[in-house]
Amino acid sequence: MPTTASAAHPLTDVTASDSTLRRFLHGLPGVDAVGLEARAASLGTRSIKTTAKAYAIDLAISMVDLTTLEGADTPGKVRALGAKAVRPDPTDRTAPATAAVCVYPDMVAVAKEAVAGSGVKVASVATAFPAGRAALEVKLADVRDAVAAGADEVDMVIDRGAFLAGNYMKVYDEIVAVREVCGTAARLKVIFETGELSTYDNIRRASWLGMLAGADFIKTSTGKVAVNATPANTLLMLEAVRDFRAQTGIQVGVKPAGGIRTSKDAIKFLVLVNETAGEDWLDNHWFRFGASSLLNDLLMQRQKLATGRYSGPDYVTVD
Amino acid sequence: MASAFDYAPAPESRSVVDIAPSYGLFIDGEFVEAADGKVFKTVSPSTEEVLSEIAQAGEADVDRAVAAARRAFAKWSALPGSERAKYLFRIARIIQERSRELAVLETLDNGKPIKETRDADLPLVAAHFFYYAGWADKLEHAGFGSAPKPLGVAGQVIPWNFPLLMLAWKIAPALATGNTVVLKPAETTPLSALFFADVCRQAGLPKGVVNILPGYGDTGAALVAHPDVNKVAFTGSTAVGKEIARTVAGTRKKLTLELGGKGANIVFDDAPIDQAVEGIVNGIFFNQGQVCCAGSRLLVQESIQDELLDSLKRRLSTLRLGDPLDKNTDIGAINSAEQLSRITSLVEKGTAEGAEPWSPECELPSSGYWFAPTLFTNVTQAHTIARDEIFGPVLSVLTFRTPDEAVAKANNTQYGLSAGVWSEKGSRILAVAGKLRAGVVWSNTFNKFDPTSPFGGYKESGFGREGGRHGLEAYLDV
Repeated sequence: MPTTASAAHPLTDVTASDSTLRRFLHGLPGVDAVGLEARAASLGTRSIKTTAKAYAIDLAISMVDLTTLEGADTPGKVRALGAKAVRPDPTDRTAPATAAVCVYPDMVAVAKEAVAGSGVKVASVATAFPAGRAALEVKLADVRDAVAAGADEVDMVIDRGAFLAGNYMKVYDEIVAVREVCGTAARLKVIFETGELSTYDNIRRASWLGMLAGADFIKTSTGKVAVNATPANTLLMLEAVRDFRAQTGIQVGVKPAGGIRTSKDAIKFLVLVNETAGEDWLDNHWFRFGASSLLNDLLMQRQKLATGRYSGPDYVTVD
Repeated sequence: MASAFDYAPAPESRSVVDIAPSYGLFIDGEFVEAADGKVFKTVSPSTEEVLSEIAQAGEADVDRAVAAARRAFAKWSALPGSERAKYLFRIARIIQERSRELAVLETLDNGKPIKETRDADLPLVAAHFFYYAGWADKLEHAGFGSAPKPLGVAGQVIPWNFPLLMLAWKIAPALATGNTVVLKPAETTPLSALFFADVCRQAGLPKGVVNILPGYGDTGAALVAHPDVNKVAFTGSTAVGKEIARTVAGTRKKLTLELGGKGANIVFDDAPIDQAVEGIVNGIFFNQGQVCCAGSRLLVQESIQDELLDSLKRRLSTLRLGDPLDKNTDIGAINSAEQLSRITSLVEKGTAEGAEPWSPECELPSSGYWFAPTLFTNVTQAHTIARDEIFGPVLSVLTFRTPDEAVAKANNTQYGLSAGVWSEKGSRILAVAGKLRAGVVWSNTFNKFDPTSPFGGYKESGFGREGGRHGLEAYLDV
């Protein structure tokens, strides 16, 4: 499980200069939008029922990064979220814990305390989330802050402006710098904000750029724009991590975030993982859902499978 | 937690379709026994279960059916186009309403996966009737003169790979243009045509306009040779097509033939690889490769051969073979024991000639007719498997270095039905597509069909076009 960019791999050379990096990223196979979306849609029709469904729901719960990213977040809310992450269903202790809670840097210490001893990780969105429009020093300070407060994982946003301007090296350098601050203390998730990258070719290039720079996870979006995780952009990123491992031996995780609200949707994403990257990614070390409302739907579906009846929103906790 | 993510079986219910123990011929609006009382059985290829006993039409029945179609022709052709359109629209709507039933029926009788009959065949069947219904009152604007006339009685013979879809391709334009029809479905898949006869009755179609005569090759031969047939349309093997061409030669009958193919799927080094892999899979494993326009020859640029083959093999390992009624199934059964043995012998020949076969680990059901998806590497133009149509889930992989070489190899076949070009470079796609001698060239996709798009072949793949405005011409006296 390599976690740092310093791990030498056969692609180290491509980041030698601006032009080698550009040539490499633009030499990646293109993406045919119609074909990609058709494949994502066809995988959405696999039938997941009974045993497979029960397994998928528990797996999905264990992959949730339970998230609150509001200006109005309070320590109380974060503590409640932590308690829920540790024990999602108070009526059924067999429900697995979520993978992590995801908060702003100033709430990391509170979250850390709330999940202490449970194995649930604390992730923090740093680097001037969600726009990323700040000087590198400010972003690094944000990351340092989060790591110092005990964050196990850092979710950084890339500079979409630089990326769209074709300034790949700037984006690369920023990721490497953040990676260095994270060190061995925190795993790094790199957020592309795919809705702003606008083309699938850009999403594939960003995925490779992130992985070359040492991302532990590549993540679709912040959840703060109109278009967030979709089956198609997640499928594309799964292809990227699969191909990256084939070329370098390094495994990178994938995190779709934003807009995944129902169990049915979550299960479709798991099918994408299963049939694209493969079983090696069917684990919360390598795949996450960035979601806040998804968990309750998963819990209601879980209760339905256990009891044969739908209970309703009052039988699961509000955040 | 369980250790593997296994999908649950999701078989479509058989109860939506009610198959009678026996069926007659459909002549002059009625189901009747064959004159000589002959019957044959139709079986489900995935289980070998006998589904029903079908009357087998002989020469006397062909006479009866053609006479009924001739009687009906006078009235049917005299109807205003808008009236014929009403019947066709009605048929299209009934097909949509009964599409689940017809999809399950087709899967039982043919062996192809339910997701194909449900998501591809049936929507296209309905779309063809809708499309040609739209033309029925606009024939004078179709570009074939100010008052194009129908030909008369059309004798139509269709294959078993897309039983209902091929019926739609034949019957919809024939009726829209004012012809009447005698159609012979394939002996292994007669059921959906007989259900279609019931759809015609439900739509109140005048008697004799559509007649269905199940039977074997001799039934088809009698129909094609019948002196009172004005138009012959055939989809099937090249060998039978040649025989039909000989029979029809020198008569005044108009003929269209849709025959075999050995489609080239050309992948350039700048192609969208992941989508190309999907396109290759769809090109050769759709309907178990039993498709005349299948992309059965993969021409891959040498520089990306290894990368592409790795991706393709990995993708083939995720294909799910089994119960065709299960909606998770990608690969269903081969249509008949006869077809299975043809595929098997060609694959053996390929191996004997030095090509290297590869199949994913794949458990085949114990009953029924099955063949694992297979790809051959080390194939050259001289190999039998690169020249003969296999009509099964078998892909031959060849390589090329330059666009000219790709075009030369793609065109180096006695067929010319379909081809595919994969590249991110638009100018290359257009340049290459223009040089390919094939009726359909798909770019960055494969096996996409639409009623508005004409379909047909070059060379031994036949002549004439079905679908689109061009498809009208085959049924008009122009």
